Amino acid sequence: MTEENHIPVGEGAVETADAPPTDALVVAEDVRKNFGRLEVLKGIDLEVRRGEVMCVVGPSGSGKSTFLRCINHLEKLTAGRLWVNGELMGYRQKRGRLYELRDSEISAQRSDIGMVFQQFNLFPHLTVLGNVIEAPLQVKRVPKAKATELAMELLERVGLPDKANAYPEQLSGGQQQRVAIARALAMEPSLMLFDEPTSALDPELVGEVLDVMRDLARGGMTMVVVTHEMGFAREVGDSLIFMDDGVVVETGAPSEVLSNPRHERTRAFLSKVI
Amino acid sequence: MTSPHASADGPGSKEPTSDRPADPIAAVPVRYPERWVAAGVVLVLAAMFVNMLITNPAFNWPFMFEHMFSDPVVNGVWVTLSATVLSMIIGIVLGVILAVMRLSGNPVLVSVAWLYTWFFRGVPRLVLAVLFGNIAILYATIQIGLPFDNYWMPMLGLEGDARFFEIDVRTLLSGYMAGLLALALSEGAYMAEIIRAGLQSVNKGQSEAAQALGMSRGKIMRRITLPQAMRVVIPPTGNETIAMLKDTALLAYVPVTIELFYQLQAIGTRTYQIFPMLVAACLWYLAITSVLMVGQYFIERRFSRSERGVKDRIVGGRH
Repeated sequence: MTEENHIPVGEGAVETADAPPTDALVVAEDVRKNFGRLEVLKGIDLEVRRGEVMCVVGPSGSGKSTFLRCINHLEKLTAGRLWVNGELMGYRQKRGRLYELRDSEISAQRSDIGMVFQQFNLFPHLTVLGNVIEAPLQVKRVPKAKATELAMELLERVGLPDKANAYPEQLSGGQQQRVAIARALAMEPSLMLFDEPTSALDPELVGEVLDVMRDLARGGMTMVVVTHEMGFAREVGDSLIFMDDGVVVETGAPSEVLSNPRHERTRAFLSKVI
Repeated sequence: MTSPHASADGPGSKEPTSDRPADPIAAVPVRYPERWVAAGVVLVLAAMFVNMLITNPAFNWPFMFEHMFSDPVVNGVWVTLSATVLSMIIGIVLGVILAVMRLSGNPVLVSVAWLYTWFFRGVPRLVLAVLFGNIAILYATIQIGLPFDNYWMPMLGLEGDARFFEIDVRTLLSGYMAGLLALALSEGAYMAEIIRAGLQSVNKGQSEAAQALGMSRGKIMRRITLPQAMRVVIPPTGNETIAMLKDTALLAYVPVTIELFYQLQAIGTRTYQIFPMLVAACLWYLAITSVLMVGQYFIERRFSRSERGVKDRIVGGRH
């Protein structure tokens, strides 16, 4: 996956307790990530409470997507700790030592976290229904009838019940992204990650995807959304963090950060995008 | 048209002229006399060739047709077909294993797969076929047991050996088996490269999406990556199958005496009618490869279509 095969753990870090410091759903503690010599994340500390919708904004290259991918361990941390639902992601801590989890254990952790990608990444060789039931069948071993029933419910929710037997290529970008959301929800995750879900869409298709996400947020789903949609962040987000150059520059209620940015970098960024 | 601008050849006309009848262009086309000359030359050469086929007695067509379908030759065709199918099956299985090893990230597996490919792609198939035909020189018998027992058994103070049974290599590797093994192992190296290219052609986002859903590596390979790689893998595999059919002629040098080319040559040398039998070999191989090429045409059409075309047909078929 990445070039690092081990996590360099500072002597001090070893003494960290196995349990997260708070009972928030996501707890990040000094999360750092290097790609070779390039420092992409320079120590991120944050918490996402249950039911919270956190929007992450910032210029491209600021590390927001990398941080999102660290949450479900698609990227291994270079240093720091990250807990989801009380579980340390990717490692087990025993007698002051970190042990890497097996592939199957990491998979189990990931199955509780849904992710929606900028490029949708639907499986082109499977139908819409096939995409949605794939993980429940293969990972959770749900009986096919039950998986199909849940999938149809989810497709109903994202407004695409009549597309169940279509293939991804036959759908518009907005429809594909809604299927991707249904696919992630089919695992009944307790956390949803959105990596710029509307950035690859034609402008007129953005609304339909945001509508689905808004409904999801209203239903109480915990969400971390990397986005450039400031309107969505203001309306739906409970909190907003502004990242730049691998650090969290500013954090607060969306309306406050967007209307009264305290930092010069935030102000400069917002003046360009709003 | 009542507008004054609507005059048919008025350069300033702005009105659409769709309600006027079309005025087709009637121009004299450019002539290409050199095309006719070239076609004439080629036709004359072709006629000379056909004339030679008919009149040159060395072809001895009646003799050829008489022996082309004799029992040993037809049996040879079956041997050729079975060797093609079996070596391709073994080659594909080996290719999948080697490609996965090559992409595994485990340095030992990567190097072994690389070495394998290097060896079997670097040695000519003819040399491999003869080499495997003579492998009994290397091992008279193959014994199955624990490795290096001649070293560790004495160290532990044990007597005897840890070999459970043995087979005579000449029995196990009869000519046919040895030749088949040579072709299959060699094919494995080529298929490994084809399958590796197929696996690498699948967008990284696919396995990431599957990972994010909690699928294990093995499941991602089987359910997500391999099916999508097939689109890239199948057309060149068709080419490999046709090439393999032709390469079964190399079995004649193992030697595999029941094989098609060996049989045809044997008849040729026995009867001093060498050339007709060589022509018979050409015709047999052409006939079988033509059948395979028709099959390949349909398979390629099925797989080289845009994703959408394929899917439309699949969806349509379920109505």
